[in-house]
Amino acid sequence: MSLTRQSWALLTGRYLRQLYRQPAVIGITLTQPVIWLLLFGALFKKVAEIPGFGGGNYITYLTPGVVIMTALFSSSWSGMSYIEDMDTGVMDRFLAAPVSRGALITASLAYQAITTLVQSAIIIAIGWGTGAGFPGGAGGIAALIGVSVLIALAMAGLSNALALVSPSRETLIGASTTLVLPLTFLSGAFLSLKIVPGWIAGIARFNPVNWAASAGRIAVGGSPAWGTVASYAGFLAIALVATALLSTRAFRASQS
Amino acid sequence: MNEPAGAVQACELRKTYGSKAGEVRALDGLSFSVATGSVFALLGPNGAGKTTTVRILTTLSRPDGGRATVAGIDVLKRPGRVRSAIGVVSQHSGAVGLLTGYENLTLQGRMYGMPRRELRSRAAELLDQFGLADAAGRQARTYSGGMRRRLDVATALVHRPAVLFLDEPTTGLDPEGRAELWEMLTGLSSGAGTTILVTTHYLDEADKFAARVAIVDRGRIVAEGTSDELKAQLRGDSVVLELAGTTEAGRAEKALAQVPQVRQTSSDGAVVRARVADGPRALPAVLAGLETAGVPVLSVTVARPSLDDVYLHHAGRSFRQAEGSAVA
Repeated sequence: MSLTRQSWALLTGRYLRQLYRQPAVIGITLTQPVIWLLLFGALFKKVAEIPGFGGGNYITYLTPGVVIMTALFSSSWSGMSYIEDMDTGVMDRFLAAPVSRGALITASLAYQAITTLVQSAIIIAIGWGTGAGFPGGAGGIAALIGVSVLIALAMAGLSNALALVSPSRETLIGASTTLVLPLTFLSGAFLSLKIVPGWIAGIARFNPVNWAASAGRIAVGGSPAWGTVASYAGFLAIALVATALLSTRAFRASQS
Repeated sequence: MNEPAGAVQACELRKTYGSKAGEVRALDGLSFSVATGSVFALLGPNGAGKTTTVRILTTLSRPDGGRATVAGIDVLKRPGRVRSAIGVVSQHSGAVGLLTGYENLTLQGRMYGMPRRELRSRAAELLDQFGLADAAGRQARTYSGGMRRRLDVATALVHRPAVLFLDEPTTGLDPEGRAELWEMLTGLSSGAGTTILVTTHYLDEADKFAARVAIVDRGRIVAEGTSDELKAQLRGDSVVLELAGTTEAGRAEKALAQVPQVRQTSSDGAVVRARVADGPRALPAVLAGLETAGVPVLSVTVARPSLDDVYLHHAGRSFRQAEGSAVA
């Protein structure tokens, strides 16, 4: 058991070291959210003035949305590491070693959790720098980062499962882009659900991305309704467990 | 460590891939046994079932039927314990490109729970032994093919496994790299007493370096023994005929079939081989047969049996032909 615990930490360390060796990747993942913030911030600036939106500063509204969107985007590529490892024989090398299968799954999720945590914190800092307010304070910010990690892990589980079932880069890229953008736009990440068409608001109620965006926004807002945040977080945790189980099953199925 | 049963034992292994419509029978009752501390080669064309066999023995795949033990441990019942006892070099490199040679070794060692200090000296020792000491701090993706292969073998050896499996380790290496790798492997078995099971589709390698060779064809072992034993079983010689062109090969084979002394023929491009009991004596009849058929011959050699002939004898087709018809 102690060997298992060590192994996942070891493999997480390997992922982090690989990331550290690819400064370009780090640069791109940090530049992207800045572009979203500035672009959407300028594009939808007037949106906050629409009656029903609730008024206030749009950047304040947008920042939690960009945090969640970025967490979703990054984690949707998670399965790529599995595909890479399968192609290069690294996966077989690990599987033929006394490392538990669980450790391989845990390591991928732990790595995703760490990178999402850092990424979300940086976006929040940039948002703050461009004029976003966080009346909810440190507790609210921690909760926003928390839900961004939850949605990232749920998405990573799905991405990993897909990569294991169909180990092709093209399939994963296709599936991620098809899934990630609609999920983001069918949520309150950029626009208040009060001003979008009713059917979109209806779908959004069942969309985990909307759960995360709403929970995050409520948490960093003034006098947060913690009960609502907690229930959204609970739903996200259920989604996370579901996709983690899915990827575990996919892992077993890939071993025949 | 002295299992009388052998370090590796495969018994009636069966494995079928794919759906009912497109079934591929990869293993069809494959059995063999490897003596502790020896170098054993599974020789066969691509698609014969070598990789499937190695994957089963290294716990990466489960057979549909049959049993296997490695280092005396049941592969199906105790895969975890088998993993601790073996080292594996798969067809693909297995090295993490963004990690340095040294980091690849230490990552592997730590997966086996080796203490850091011991691991540090073991990694240095292996890097030295495999001529990678100077490249230890470089990322593995910058290594040449040969260096990468050496790193793969070193990585598989970190925890001092009792049995080392290598699946087509010399594929993609130049002749010099191949010879170098084999030298290391034979050194390992004689020095550290490591049992080595290696698959290859190079006849010359199996012939030269393996203590015992098992020939795999269509998921079964068709012959097994030292390469001398295998060749001796074949009493008789090969007449190797070089023709003017590939198109002549078919006619030549047909003509040779009419010659009473010829037992079997095979062709590979413009080269046709005929199995005969006594080479020098059969030669005039062979040449006369071709003359009558009007097939011009550029050169002719009489050769003692090779492993290719052994393969032809047992599998009923030449090694190269089998490679051509293989379903990956």
